Order: sequence, then C-alpha cells, then structure tokens
Amino acid sequence: MATQLKETDENGREILDSVVIRFAGDSGDGMQLTGTQFTQSTALMGNDLSTFPDFPAEIRAPVGTTYGVSAFQINFASHAIKTPGDAPDVLVAMNPAALKVHLKDLVPGGTLILNLGAFTGRNIEKAGYKESPLENDTLDSYRVIEIDISKMTLAAVDHIDVTQKEALRAKNLWTLGLMCWMYDRDRQPTIDWLNQRFGKLPLIAEANIAALNAGHAFGETAELPSEISTYVVPKAKVEPGIYRAVTGVETTCWGLLTGAQKAGLNIFFGSYPITPASPLLHSLSNLKAHGVVTFQAEDEISAVCSALGASFAGSLGITSSSGPGVALKSEALGLAVVTELPLIIVNFQRAGPSTGLPTKTEQSDLYQAVFGRNGDTPMPVIAASTASDCYDCAIEAVRLATKYMTPVMYLNEGFLANAAEPWKLPDTDDVEPFPVKFASETEGFHPYLRDEKTLARNWAIPGTEGLEHRIGGIEKDYDSGNISYDSDNHHKMTKVRAQKILGIADDIPEQEVVSGNNSGKMVVVGWGSTFGAIEQATRRCQEDGLDVSHIHIRYIWPLARNLGELLKGFDKILVPEMNNGQLVTLLRSEYLVPAESLAQITGQPFKVGDLEREIRSRMED
Amino acid sequence: MNVQSPPEALKPNDYASDQEVRWCPGCGDYAIVKAVQKALANMGADPKNTVFVSGIGCAARFPYYMATYGFHTIHGRAPAVATGVKLANPGLDVWVIGGDGDMLSIGGNHTLHVLRRNIDVQVLLFNNEIYGLTKGQYSPTSKVGTRSPSTPAGSVDSPVSACVFALGCNARFVARSVDTNLKVLPGLMQEAKENTGASFVEILQNCIVYNDGVYSSFTDKANIADGQVVCEHGKPLLYGKDKEKGLRMTPGKMELEVVTIGENGVTEADILLHDETNRPLALMLASMQPPNFPVAMGVIFRDPGLSYDAAVYEQIAEVTEKSPAIPINELMHKGKTWTVV
Ligand SMILES: Cc1ncc(C[n+]2csc(CCOP(=O)(O)OP(=O)(O)O)c2C)c(N)n1
Ligand code: SF4
Ligand SMILES: [Mg+2]
Repeated sequence: MATQLKETDENGREILDSVVIRFAGDSGDGMQLTGTQFTQSTALMGNDLSTFPDFPAEIRAPVGTTYGVSAFQINFASHAIKTPGDAPDVLVAMNPAALKVHLKDLVPGGTLILNLGAFTGRNIEKAGYKESPLENDTLDSYRVIEIDISKMTLAAVDHIDVTQKEALRAKNLWTLGLMCWMYDRDRQPTIDWLNQRFGKLPLIAEANIAALNAGHAFGETAELPSEISTYVVPKAKVEPGIYRAVTGVETTCWGLLTGAQKAGLNIFFGSYPITPASPLLHSLSNLKAHGVVTFQAEDEISAVCSALGASFAGSLGITSSSGPGVALKSEALGLAVVTELPLIIVNFQRAGPSTGLPTKTEQSDLYQAVFGRNGDTPMPVIAASTASDCYDCAIEAVRLATKYMTPVMYLNEGFLANAAEPWKLPDTDDVEPFPVKFASETEGFHPYLRDEKTLARNWAIPGTEGLEHRIGGIEKDYDSGNISYDSDNHHKMTKVRAQKILGIADDIPEQEVVSGNNSGKMVVVGWGSTFGAIEQATRRCQEDGLDVSHIHIRYIWPLARNLGELLKGFDKILVPEMNNGQLVTLLRSEYLVPAESLAQITGQPFKVGDLEREIRSRMED
Repeated sequence: MNVQSPPEALKPNDYASDQEVRWCPGCGDYAIVKAVQKALANMGADPKNTVFVSGIGCAARFPYYMATYGFHTIHGRAPAVATGVKLANPGLDVWVIGGDGDMLSIGGNHTLHVLRRNIDVQVLLFNNEIYGLTKGQYSPTSKVGTRSPSTPAGSVDSPVSACVFALGCNARFVARSVDTNLKVLPGLMQEAKENTGASFVEILQNCIVYNDGVYSSFTDKANIADGQVVCEHGKPLLYGKDKEKGLRMTPGKMELEVVTIGENGVTEADILLHDETNRPLALMLASMQPPNFPVAMGVIFRDPGLSYDAAVYEQIAEVTEKSPAIPINELMHKGKTWTVV
C-alpha cells in the first residue's frame, strides 16, 4: 500500500493514505457492477479515486476460462490521485481463472480474497493450474482470506423465494458487502441502486440486498486472520464544491450538450454501435427533450453522412465511433472538409488495427485523425486527458467546429470512456456563449464568402429566402462558390482550407508545462489519457531532484503556436504513447526535434512505476 | 407605404439555376430536369424550402441545375445525407437523386434503409443500366450479356430490378416512368411529393453515349402501346393500341399472364384491376419484362404510413411532455452527488 501511516482511528481502523483494489472474476460474476458500486460509495465518502474496468470482448465467454475473466480496479486515496494505480494492494478473485490472470499483479504481501466455492477441481484445471494453488506455495507471499462466498451467499438468501441460480448471482454483492466492511464504505447507495434497478423484481432486489448485508455482517463477526484488519481512507482534501463520480462518456455527453447550447444549435447525433463508443449513443438518446435527435444509422458511413446532412440543414451534426468506424467515415469527412460544414467526430479509440482488441484501450488513431484522408484534408484534432477534461474538450470541439466551419476530430479513449473519477460539477454559466450566426444577407451572397479573420465560410441554411445555393464535393470557385475545375483556383482553395485550420493556433492557449521548468534536460510529452501516469512519474523524478518537465498536448492539430520553441529548450524529448510512436513522429516532422518514442501497446494504461524507471534510464543515456 | 405584392407564381424556368448544364447532348437527364422543374412549378414549390441531395454520377449532377438548395455529396450516400437533412428540419421538401450505380451498387444499403424507414423524401433513381460518368461500365441493372469496357465479352451476373428491390425494402410508394414521357412525369413527381413517407420513382433514362437504345423495344413511339402497361388504381390493367390486351392471373396459379380480349373467350371482366395497395401484385407487376410482358409504368404500389421523421418528432414531443428539458446544470446534478465544504 502506497504510504502506510499505521495509525488507527477511534474505531480501531487502520488509517490508509491510499489503496488499490482489484475485483476479478468470471464475466458472468458481475465484477463490473461490483466495482461500479464500490466506486460510487467511495466517491460519496469523499476520496479521490480513479478506476480501470478491464473486461473481455466476449459477452459471455465460457465459464471459468482465463479469457473470460473480467476485472475492475479502483485506486482511492485521501489525496489527489491521477491513475487507477499500478498494482493492486487487494485482489478479490472469484474463481481460479481470475487468480491465474491477476495474481502476478498483486503487490508482495498484498491481501488476497478468494472465493473458495469456485475452487473446484474442474475450475482449477480450466484455469490452467496443474494442481490447486491453494495447496502449494503459490500464495505463500500473500495474506490470503479464503471464504466459500458461494455457500455464504446461498445461506444468506435462503429465506427468499428465488432460484438457486438467481441466489448464486448475488455473490458479487456478498463480496461487495465484505469490502464495504473492510474499507468502511456505506452500503446505502448500493441498496438504493438495487431497489431502483430491480424495482419490478422485488425478490431479486431483496436477495441482492440480503447478500450485501450478509457479506458485511460476516466481516463484523467472523474470525478473520489477525493480520486482516479494517481500514479507513480519510477524505481527500479537494476544492469545495458539489461532486459526482463520472465516466468520460457522461462528461462528453454533457459537454456536447453544453457546447450546442452555447452555440444555439440543436444536436443531431448519427451513430452506429461499436465498442467502446456505443455508450455515447445511449446517453444522448436520453436527451430528446433537450433538442437532441439521435439516429442509429445502418452503418458508420450513413452515421456521418446523416450528421453532415443535418449540419447542412442547420443542426450541429455529431457522429461517434471507434477506429474501424472512423475509417469508414473518412470519405465523408473529406466532404465535410471541402463543403466546410461544422461536424464533430468523437473517436473512442481502441486497440487496432482492424478489429484489434475491441475492449482494450489504445491511442493509435492519431495518424488517422491528423492524416487519414485522401487529398489535402486538414481538420482540427483535440484529445481529452481525463473524464473531467472530456467535458471541456467537447465544448471546445463545438466552439471550433462552428466558429471555423470545419469538422473537428475529438479523440477520446476507451479507457476514458469507461473509467470513473470524481468530478467537481461545473457551472455552465461559466462557459462564454459562442452563438452561431446563420447567413441572411442576400446582397452579394455566395456560399463560400469568408470571414476575413477566421476564413470560415458563411453558413446559409435551407429555409432562408434568397440564399438558395448548391454545395458538394467538387472543388468550388473561391470567388463565386460555383463548381470550378480551374487549377490555380484549386491550389488557392487548398491553401485557404489549410490556412483556416492553422489559424486556429491563434485562438487556442499557448502550450504550458504541467510541471517542471520551461527548459532543461528532459521533457516528457504526452497526450490523452496518459496524463495522470506521466504526471505522477515526472513528479516523483522531480522530487528526487531530476531536471525533467512534463508537457501535455491537448491540441493535436493545429499544435500550439509556441510548442516548437518550447520543445527546443530541452536536451531530450521523451514521448510516451499507447501506440507504436505517432505523436512522436508528428513532433519530429513539424519541428525537426530529436524526440524519442516510449511505446506501450499492451492495451493497458501505463504504470507510473514503469514510466518513472524509463525516464530515469533515458536521462542517463 | 410598403405594399407587398403577392409573389408571382414561379414558372418552370424559375427553378433552373444559372449553371451551364454539362450532360451530353441528347442525354435523357435533360428531359428529367425539365420534368422536375415543371412539377415544382405546378405545385408552387418554394425554392427556399426545397433541397436536392445527390450522390455521384451523371444523374447526380442534377442539384447544380436547380435554383433551390442542393447538396452534391459522395457516391452512394445521398439517401443518408438526405436523412440527416430531413431529420434536422422536417419542414424541408427533400429530393434524393442518383443513378443505378449510385443507388443500387455502392449505395444500395442506404437506399434500402431510407425506404424501409419511410423517411419523407422523394427518391428519384435515374436508371440507364450503365455507369455513365465513369465511361460506360455495366451496372447492377444491366442485362446479362451487356458488353462494356469491363465486360468486353458480355456481363454474366444477373441484374436487380430497381422497383422490385424497392418493394422488397418495404417502400410504400413505388412508381416507374420514362425520361422522355413529359406528359406523365411531372404528374408522377407530384404524386411522389404528395405521398408522405419515402417515395421511390424509377425513371428509365437513356444514356445516349454508352447505352443508347436499351429501352427502345418499349419506349420508341411505335413500341409504347404494346410495350408498356400503365398502372392506375382500380382500373383494369389493359394496354395495346386499342387496349385490346390485358393482364390477368393465370387461373389456379400465382402468376400473371397476358391475354387478348376477344380471344379464347376473354372479356374485359377477366382483366385484373390494379390494386396499388397490394404488395404481392406490385411485385409481380414490377417484375414484368419484355418481350413476353409489357413494362409496368405509373404508380405500381402506394400504401402510405407514418414516416420515420414524423415518428421521431412525435416521440420527442411525448418524451418532452413527460419530462421537459431542465437546465444542464440541473441535469448534471441529478444522481448521486456529494458536497465538499
Ligand atoms: C467512392 C467512389 N467510388 C467510385 C467512384 C467513381 N464513380 C463515379 S460515378 C460512378 C458510377 C455512376 O453510375 P450511376 O450511378 O449509374 O450514374 P450515371 O453516371 O449512370 O448517371 C462511379 C463508379 C466515385 N466517385 N467514388
Ligand atoms: S454519359 Fe450518358 S448518362 Fe452521362 S451525361 Fe452522357 S448521355 Fe447522359
Ligand atoms: Mg447509371
């Protein structure tokens, strides 16, 4: 456990500074639900937290197999934290397969809670163990608590009229109850949630609640090994305000809505289901009363095309997908660029290429976002770093799209979409409105009349008298907006489109360092969800006296206007990315700087410790 | 005083843009654009509320020649773009234009879905049984044996019938006509427009350069009477110079046959009456091919139903009435929150 104070509170609970717990079980064991509920209680307790759900692509993988294991990790603390934690202090393994997959990550001396009921000969064999890990030295270096959770759960719900199968399903709640006891979490939010969730199935709700309470009671009364104590993680000191636990999908959804209202537009959202982007379609579909039209299209192409059509008609067209789907959209994105219509593409990146690892996170669509279209087809690209940042980035995407009449690629990540963190609820009134003004002046109108400063063309929407016009994919004449095959005109229009996007650099903040000096020995440059891990790793190095700074890039394209100068002030530039080196290439080509790549393509977030080690070793090179 | 005179009724030409038309001389597309302009004038369509959305191909050049709003999109995707236009502003009158390659090859999927969803747009498919713009390759509607640059020895794959496809997609308005039939075409456009929901019109169009005469066996003046049967709801399916021929169900079989009145004891009473709400009948009529059968023209099927766009907005209204919009600040505060002081 991170820093142990070895103090106890008035109830004899050991006070911890931070703890990392990982729940692991079969995909049918309800580990995501357990983790989410534990997160909710933890958030309400006032801890800072960060989570990492990690689940298989299969909806129902064969029971008991290692590839069917689903896990949920939460890191919570009495201080600010930025990552879901490198290694769990506590591992809950609901079956042998979960133990097999996750034991290697548990810190030495860590606490291991096992569901003995699932350690049958067959399950042990299925998990790939030659002999029972309970009967040899496999678990010797851990504090092991073996409980037949299955049996306990059945006993706890014995008096309730549910089937044996339904009863057994509640074992995740039994486990949750035990963990709530161990870490002093309130069970009420979970009870409320169960009552609401199973409102129409009161017996199921009752069984789950009984299991939850039984798990808790077990902790209070059972004779657990003496070294297993109860803990308390005091509240984190954070800014005053109203908080809630959020995922990146929720904040993206609210950010888009806030942005649309600031622009004075209705949202049209066209999408086609794909992991891990679908939750945004689900969330926005619940906002019908807020002027949001959602459309589940027949494919990704139709999704983006319908959104573009909606933008043509005066809505804010938005589409969302993951890499493979964005690939399908790319021809239409070219059309959006050439017709200069506002459009937002939210890419929840996942591990590629092709289908890749659909449920694993990655940052490997940067090239696709910046370069991945035919023709000279520039568009702004922004990338969110945390669930909170997803909100701001969404608003910024709307601002840029409408102000500059351009599609905007908003890079999100599977990790951000699913991971939860506490969020201080913002006040939408703090966001300056940026109302869209549709064209109405008929005198001298043509569709490609540009704003002198932003170079954005005017937006005339159908229904406006006297501004009837035709746009499309064929190159348009700079002076009239009519079709033009003139070669000089094409040169000019290509330059104008590029200049318009580059000009955005004057409308976004200058690049600052997150921590460290503005020049020096080394700078670690990151983007997207690696923010927290890089920040922690560089800070640890700084605390050790190392001259290393951290730069986090939110605007991938155009890059901040001072970024080149800033980077040139450092002897070494290290670019950790969850891809095979994409931002690093962009920086090298843009600034001719000797940036080095630190690639991790495991489908897992960076560990702080790994980064720290790498920074130290590269500093010595 | 500022007295506003009532707007003068627009003439067909007022719907024409100032752009030079770039189709080959003699191309059937000229006639179609004229017919559409005439139809709009007849209906008194408001140019500011009229939108033409097209894909890519010769046919898809269409919007540039109209003095309305227009969006020339990408190959095959016009139905999808049009869907977004209509859903964003259901008050607009949206027309989708494309060729047989555009709408049945690369964009077949979108054509399927715009029709089955019943989005209130008019889909005009200019079928010339060839890829015109790319210089004459065979298309998914080309007859077996079509010689083209990509099938020098003749195509070997069997074609799709546009109207049969539309009927299979659950389209609720399916009609067919010929590019040069200026007497009928504007009226048919008007019927398509007046139908709420997706209206599918196949227009047999002559590509004078790459597929000249594909339809002449039933569209040449001399061949019209015997080559086409016009479907009119409730009327007998008669054709021929003296309306002496007709269609009837073969007794005891689920199949159409051509009969001649006065032969083998056939009287007019034996001739099938067209029922435009009968989908199986429509499928049989749409499938008829020369030389053994006349080609069915006119409104082959019409059975209006709630359009998708109307349903979407009805649902939005229902949901909004039940739980009206709240400020986003409140929205974000709904659910479990905690306060740090
Ligand atoms: C993505 C894409 N693929 C291919 C093309 C080339 N292309 C343009 S039009 C066309 C076919 C046109 O045939 P059709 O739709 O029947 O229209 P017509 O020209 O006959 O009116 C093709 C293959 C394209 N523009 N875009
Ligand atoms: S190629 Fe054929 S379809 Fe295209 S414009 Fe010429 S005649 Fe018309
Ligand atoms: Mg064609």
